[in-house]
Amino acid sequence: MSAVMNGGAVAHADNVATGSAPRSDAILQVTDLTVSFDGFRAVDGLSLSIEKNELRVIIGPNGAGKTTLLDMICGKTRPSSGKVVFNGHDLTQMSEHQIVRIGVGRKFQTPSVYEDLTVIENFEISIPGGQNVLGSLFFRRTEEVMEKIHEVAEQVFMRDLLDHKAGRLSHGQKQWLEIGMLLIHTPDLLLLDEPVAGMSPREREQTADLLSRISAGKSVIVIEHDMDFVKRIAHKVTVLHQGRVLSEGSVTEVQEDPRVIDVYLGH
Amino acid sequence: MSRLFRQPDTMAILLVVLVLAFLPALLDPFRLNLVSKYMAFAFVAVGIVLTWGYGGVLSLGQGIFFGAGGYMMAMFLKLEASAPELPDFMVWSSVDKLPAWWEPFHSLTLTLLLIFIVPALLAYVFSYAIFKKRVSGVYFAIVTLALALTLTVLIVGQQGDTGGANGITDFRTLLGFDIVGDAGKQTLYFIETAVLAVAMALAVAMVRSRFGKILIAIRDKEDRVRFSGYNTAHMKAFVFTVAAVLSSIGGAFYSVQVGLISPTAIGVVASIEMVIYAAVGGRMSVPGAVVGAILIGFLKSYLSETFPEGWLYFLGALFILVVVVLPDGLAGLAQRLYAAQAKQAQPR
Repeated sequence: MSAVMNGGAVAHADNVATGSAPRSDAILQVTDLTVSFDGFRAVDGLSLSIEKNELRVIIGPNGAGKTTLLDMICGKTRPSSGKVVFNGHDLTQMSEHQIVRIGVGRKFQTPSVYEDLTVIENFEISIPGGQNVLGSLFFRRTEEVMEKIHEVAEQVFMRDLLDHKAGRLSHGQKQWLEIGMLLIHTPDLLLLDEPVAGMSPREREQTADLLSRISAGKSVIVIEHDMDFVKRIAHKVTVLHQGRVLSEGSVTEVQEDPRVIDVYLGH
Repeated sequence: MSRLFRQPDTMAILLVVLVLAFLPALLDPFRLNLVSKYMAFAFVAVGIVLTWGYGGVLSLGQGIFFGAGGYMMAMFLKLEASAPELPDFMVWSSVDKLPAWWEPFHSLTLTLLLIFIVPALLAYVFSYAIFKKRVSGVYFAIVTLALALTLTVLIVGQQGDTGGANGITDFRTLLGFDIVGDAGKQTLYFIETAVLAVAMALAVAMVRSRFGKILIAIRDKEDRVRFSGYNTAHMKAFVFTVAAVLSSIGGAFYSVQVGLISPTAIGVVASIEMVIYAAVGGRMSVPGAVVGAILIGFLKSYLSETFPEGWLYFLGALFILVVVVLPDGLAGLAQRLYAAQAKQAQPR
């Protein structure tokens, strides 16, 4: 039985690696993406497709190119070749803030919040609209704005922390704050790089619930190492190795894939 | 916490303006004129609070824009003083025709407009080009420093057109209104105080808006701000432009009040001194910067009168002391005292 499943997963992975045709319900289509740093190919001819409302987890050993992949999707790193198409936009041609504005949110590996600002101010500057000079100068905390801030604060468990300086929060709270800052932007695609790193087991559980809730209306890509956490949240798992897709499928499928066991899970 | 500090900021501005308004009753005309001169630098210091204190963009070349405003005002005053002849220094350098770029400065309206427009355009185009390339921090500071140096060399070199190292001086009237006598200077003092009050109010409104918070965010994590959906190069270029215009206004008042603008007022040393004003006053405080500029100006005059040889050492020592002991400057000290007092008052 398991041999049949393995065979299926392998066949599917091959299909992806050779570049499957874009599916109509795909929100993100990565095709033949390559980037090299000083001759080292961090991501090497990688193709990937994310569907609407999908929560995809990307795993892989260190140096597999997971973070670099997210960097190229959000515009932080320019690929050497290949395409990243999101909702019809070619992201490789756009700057970071434009990519954010069309609905791609990115959470970084180390929580990146504005430490000298309060939690509420962190949310405030993340609210979309008027994100130019004049819009920012004449921005008002209207009732609508405050409602939105409270709603997101509630979602990410920060209701009672609004007036705290972000720099004073715990590591886990900073992770939540950063997720909240993305949510307030109502993105269609969320890129989360190790969202539960540094969290207590209880916080991990809360975050897993949070991710399940927010993935209902949007697509989410999560990089994670904690396999228990991956099992809880993933719809589908992609395994990267040396900048390429090694395997793709359900958690059980990839866990039983001998090539995955060989390079990653077996160690 | 931040709410608590907002009120004191407004109070401090009111206090500063109030003190400035009463100074003419206390000081003799000579000292009052010195205050006018320090106030001219206060405009620059307010701009430095915005760019450096909030935005984290350190410019060591604010003298460029101070000079732009100063020279444009001086050109107008000089043309009025020497009309219908050519300005005297041109005659000495045997320039026999007014250079074309002096022509707009026959008109006061045009001069005032250009005092705003020229530095704004210069600052925006120059800084946006640099910020777009993601050059910042020390590298940006060095570029501005080099520009300030280049500008002074250029001005000194073009003696016939610019007055060279001597600068432009010997003004008499502004639209026929006497600006050399004590009464005229006092009127100008009040105008300058009013304009400075408006500048402070606008600067504080700016740092309290969402724009001010974005500046802080850019200072601490510029990369992240791009991923919050902002074109940070535009934001930084804008605040740099505001600072440039403030400097230019200060320069214009300097020319009128001091009666002289020369390359030494705008060069590297002057530009760095302007940063010291903001640092001593408090780089996160608009009224603090104004107090810093005026206080250091006074100290400079006092020390150079008392210790003509070694006064610069005192100034250097003061700067080091402030940076080491009071990273938030005098404003930070005032804030701490205020907070301590509030705490003491509460239990009773």
